[in-house]
Amino acid sequence: MPGKKPSTVIEFSDVYRTYTMGDQVLNALDGVSLEIQRNEYVAVVGASGSGKSTMMNIIGCLDRATRGDYRLNGTHVGQMNEAELARARNREIGFVFQSFNLLARASALKNVMQPLVYRGIPKHERVKRASEALDRVGLGDRLDSRPNQLSGGQRQRVAISRALVGKPAILLADEPTGNLDSVTSREIMALIDQVHEQGQTIIMVTHEPDIAAHCNRVIRLEDGKIESDVRQNRRVNG
Amino acid sequence: MNMLWESIRSALESVRAHGFRSLLTSLGIIIGVTSVIAVVSIVQGLSYTVNAQFAGLGGNSLTVRSYTPFKQQLQGNLAKLRDSDMEAIASRIDGISHITPILYTQSGTQGIISYRSQSSFTRVVGIGSSYLEVNSVYPEQGRFFSRDDDVRRRLVCAVGVDVIENLKMPEQAVGEFFRVGNEWCKIVGIMEKRGELLGFSQDDYVLLPYGTAKRIMGSQRDLDIQIQLLVDDMNRQDEVRERIRRVLRQEHGLKSGQPDDFKVQTAEQLTESFNTVINTITAVSAGIVGISLLVGGIGIMNIMLVSVTERTREIGILKALGATRQDILLQFLIEALVLCMIGGLVGVAIGYGLGALVSNLLPGFPEAHVPLWAVTLSFGFCAAVGVIFGIVPAAKAAQLDPIDALRYE
Repeated sequence: MPGKKPSTVIEFSDVYRTYTMGDQVLNALDGVSLEIQRNEYVAVVGASGSGKSTMMNIIGCLDRATRGDYRLNGTHVGQMNEAELARARNREIGFVFQSFNLLARASALKNVMQPLVYRGIPKHERVKRASEALDRVGLGDRLDSRPNQLSGGQRQRVAISRALVGKPAILLADEPTGNLDSVTSREIMALIDQVHEQGQTIIMVTHEPDIAAHCNRVIRLEDGKIESDVRQNRRVNG
Repeated sequence: MNMLWESIRSALESVRAHGFRSLLTSLGIIIGVTSVIAVVSIVQGLSYTVNAQFAGLGGNSLTVRSYTPFKQQLQGNLAKLRDSDMEAIASRIDGISHITPILYTQSGTQGIISYRSQSSFTRVVGIGSSYLEVNSVYPEQGRFFSRDDDVRRRLVCAVGVDVIENLKMPEQAVGEFFRVGNEWCKIVGIMEKRGELLGFSQDDYVLLPYGTAKRIMGSQRDLDIQIQLLVDDMNRQDEVRERIRRVLRQEHGLKSGQPDDFKVQTAEQLTESFNTVINTITAVSAGIVGISLLVGGIGIMNIMLVSVTERTREIGILKALGATRQDILLQFLIEALVLCMIGGLVGVAIGYGLGALVSNLLPGFPEAHVPLWAVTLSFGFCAAVGVIFGIVPAAKAAQLDPIDALRYE
């Protein structure tokens, strides 16, 4: 990465993602262009099949655009090889999933330590950073608990602290409250709001208007195209 | 380096997490290694003991014995070694420090020994006084016979400890008289205990002075003896051997073109044929083990493939967190390797235990002996099996697409 971080974190110019099934050609993303600045809080909404997930996968460096240019922190992702993509996922992206996706056999602490393993950080340092990260989400006393010993809300907190432990450029959340009841959802959204207030850039896929209301920008996708891109005032303490 | 250590740590955790399955997975390897170590430990224990016995002969000893080809034996023309042959060797060849004749009893009755009402059968051997030096055996109690005993053909003898036991003699048997064949002999010495070899006692014998032995066997005129000798200088062994051959051919009046009617053997040659058998057994068992390790390796590959499928989602998560293909490859490869090595370790332990058990249960079997090369080889083989059969599942895991893997239920 260049020494001085540009304020544009994500830049899509005319991005296509095309799937070919037999004779059928499907454009999951059909010429998308957008820019996301540092510390934005973006909701990506749209019906299923609108291209939300494809866009998230490309932003998260899990997938590559078929055509068009994606720049992450000024770097062209399209030209990266496998190892560089893995490195980008490790350093620039923090994933939060609907189904938590914690490592079932590992304790909360080990889950949070895992991304730091791939940076070659020594163990004592990993333990220190991971326990601090868990402490920040209020799980400082559950370091040794396995995911199945935690409630849904607690699991998502572990996932959030795992996503943030490496200080990524973007927190990428895919329906983060989709598997939670309404009370827990509010708690998790309060936590994500707080993370945003500390300066974190957040991109969130959701289909719930309530959740999208927390964001200060809503991008609506339809058939792989941006249908609307609206800035709004955040609803606080929703 | 750090990554490698992390992979080992995570592999150990994963093996522990599926304890029972890991055990079953490594079972093929365990059985393979167990059998190799058990077989090798028994066979090598055997060879170790036999070689130790022959080592008593010393590397620089030579044994000369008569040799008659089978066809000649059928015709009744038996070759013989005589006193004159030994004298010729002793007087005409330099570089020999000790030389002794060895005369085995040649008829059954001469082997019968008795003391009071006890009687027994044993090996009766007539030997010269140099026998001690040539074979490095020494009396534990009493003395060995002297030249004088030999020259005067005194009826004295040195015995192995089993003779004392079999004849129920008092423990302080030196000075006791007992019958050898038809003669009364006095025990002047009791030899060091040598133990058993393959269930045969090495301590059941009566040593007589050569002269005395000839006196007892007086009825047979034309005795066939063996000659044992020590060469001064190990490096001149071949030279001495060749000179013995020439002297004996001359003594026996053999024309050029006629084959030798005797054999000159080194201690090494005596052990050689035995070692050939040992090596064949070892090689055959190694082959069997190779096959069983192969089968064990396939078992490991199978379970690793299942494990990769089972852990598809985990692999997806790790990739999302920044694991590269190499990281995943390394993790699964090391997991296969760890399974194999644990199998190897358990196999070596059980195999050694089994070898020790068998050699303890079979009476007279030598103690099990596991040479380092067998352990090293087993581990090396296990590691190779782990890498060879681990690479396919590991590559499969590494190639997984993170999006598909994350979506996998």
